[in-house]
Amino acid sequence: MIAYPALAEIRAVDQVEGFGDDPWWIIAIKCLAIFVILVLMTLFTIVFERKVVAKMQHRVGPNRVGPKGWLQSLADGVKLMLKEDIIPKAADKIVYVLAPIVAVVPAFLIFAVIPLGPEVSMFGQTTRLQLTDTPVAVLLVLAIASVGVYGLMLAGWSSGSTYPLLGGLRSSAQVISYELAMGLSFVGVFLFAGTMSTSGIVEGQERLWYGLILVPSFVVYLISMVGEVNRAPFDLPEAEGELVAGWGTEYSSIKYALFFLAEYINMVNVSALATTLFLGGWRAPWPLSAINDGMFNEGWWPLLWFFGKVIALLFLFIWLRGTLPRLRYDQFMKFGWKVLIPVSLGWIVLVAGMRLALNEGVQREELMMWGGGALAAILVASFVIPLFTERRADVDEDEPSAEPEFDPFAGGHPVPPLPDQQVPAVPVTAGGTADETTESEAREEGPSA
Amino acid sequence: MELYAPMIGLIVVAAVFAVGSVFASSMLGPKRFNRVRLDSYECGIEPTPQPVGGGRIPIKYYLTAMTFIIFDIEIIFLYPWAVRFDHLGLFGFVAMVTFLFLITVPFIYEWRRGGLEWD
Repeated sequence: MIAYPALAEIRAVDQVEGFGDDPWWIIAIKCLAIFVILVLMTLFTIVFERKVVAKMQHRVGPNRVGPKGWLQSLADGVKLMLKEDIIPKAADKIVYVLAPIVAVVPAFLIFAVIPLGPEVSMFGQTTRLQLTDTPVAVLLVLAIASVGVYGLMLAGWSSGSTYPLLGGLRSSAQVISYELAMGLSFVGVFLFAGTMSTSGIVEGQERLWYGLILVPSFVVYLISMVGEVNRAPFDLPEAEGELVAGWGTEYSSIKYALFFLAEYINMVNVSALATTLFLGGWRAPWPLSAINDGMFNEGWWPLLWFFGKVIALLFLFIWLRGTLPRLRYDQFMKFGWKVLIPVSLGWIVLVAGMRLALNEGVQREELMMWGGGALAAILVASFVIPLFTERRADVDEDEPSAEPEFDPFAGGHPVPPLPDQQVPAVPVTAGGTADETTESEAREEGPSA
Repeated sequence: MELYAPMIGLIVVAAVFAVGSVFASSMLGPKRFNRVRLDSYECGIEPTPQPVGGGRIPIKYYLTAMTFIIFDIEIIFLYPWAVRFDHLGLFGFVAMVTFLFLITVPFIYEWRRGGLEWD
């Protein structure tokens, strides 16, 4: 029989302890502080990214504006503010102006439920370093992130131009595909934490970070967070080789800067969420947390650990961009739907089964053996099965492609031959019929024109 | 409700900033429009005329969106189950595995029929 929770217990779940009783001026200070932190983080991340990528490519990077170039992004922002604001003739004016605002406002909101630290005293008031928390805080984060997608989609749709439309469609398809893998990777965390409130999840990681217990969930989250914010190697919506600048092609001036701001804030957001759910939130890393009865886990110190972890994850983003080439679109979607989602689902069943067995009183050693065996079997199967299916597909494809004759005008316009292809001899047309002559003349004019 | 009220403050701050900066830039920036500058961008050639509202959208995106909705609903069911997992016991586990199985069958069907192929 299931033990249904009593009504009083359900009511109690509606509240999160320590939130909802701040005076209005503390809330105002926190709102402004979050706003300032996010804008500063964006300005910092842009220069940081340019400097790190420059180092990776043996360049100097920005070093002119301000001390060692650290004010470069601020100068760029001011410059963009003073640029001409163009609304193309073909654009849907209202939606076109609204799209950057729709993109940027939700980006600011996610930080409202991210815990930056424990209780501190602020002007005589004891309060938590977190704007608010709800029993469904992580769900709230996912909902807000989904609203942010509308910004990109509407930007592409309202520009009235080919490249933005394609870029907008791509980015929305990409974000919703990777949001699923992201959402599934949270389930393991909720299983262990028993709550969806972010402060509760951080409390649950007092002994061990969930990123260490739930390694597959953490890896799936790390991959899908890069896809979710459209960053390299998953930056297909703005693949400049094929789509110019994607959904942002028609945007200029501060509207373009707002999209940029939203993108970088979202990078900070997903890093902060990874820190909160998998890396112990604001808690100090292990050797430091043991010093002096956890002195580094109290007061204002946690801000340091929190932002240290966030910046480490931002560095990971930049490192990926400096290292990996961009994926092809079909590879990217295939990876999201056919690898990440099945892997997450299988992992959820495995973790839930193991936790159930522990709750029912199975010995830990025995369980580890069975769980490890199941995991190893799944891993081996995932390597072996594609080996057979894909090789068969390769053979099937190879056979019919037996040397088709090279036609330089196959696509309607002249194409140069590939290394092992031969250009067929140009037919001699003197003395042919009138139709043939005009056709071959047109062909001969093609390459020279 | 008092848990959600502080978020309104943050919405106000963000919206004031976003709307204000768009407005300020339209005041501050130069305005030297001409016909070519207001055209859609297309690599220096005559822009392709676009039907009002973006025209048709490939069916692939529709299929992706539908599959997304199904999996999103699945996730929404998984969350409360995961939060209360320790209280539900074996019954909860079996029920959720059955539910996941029911979603996985059409997923495999879509996969095999090529619904998850992109080009």
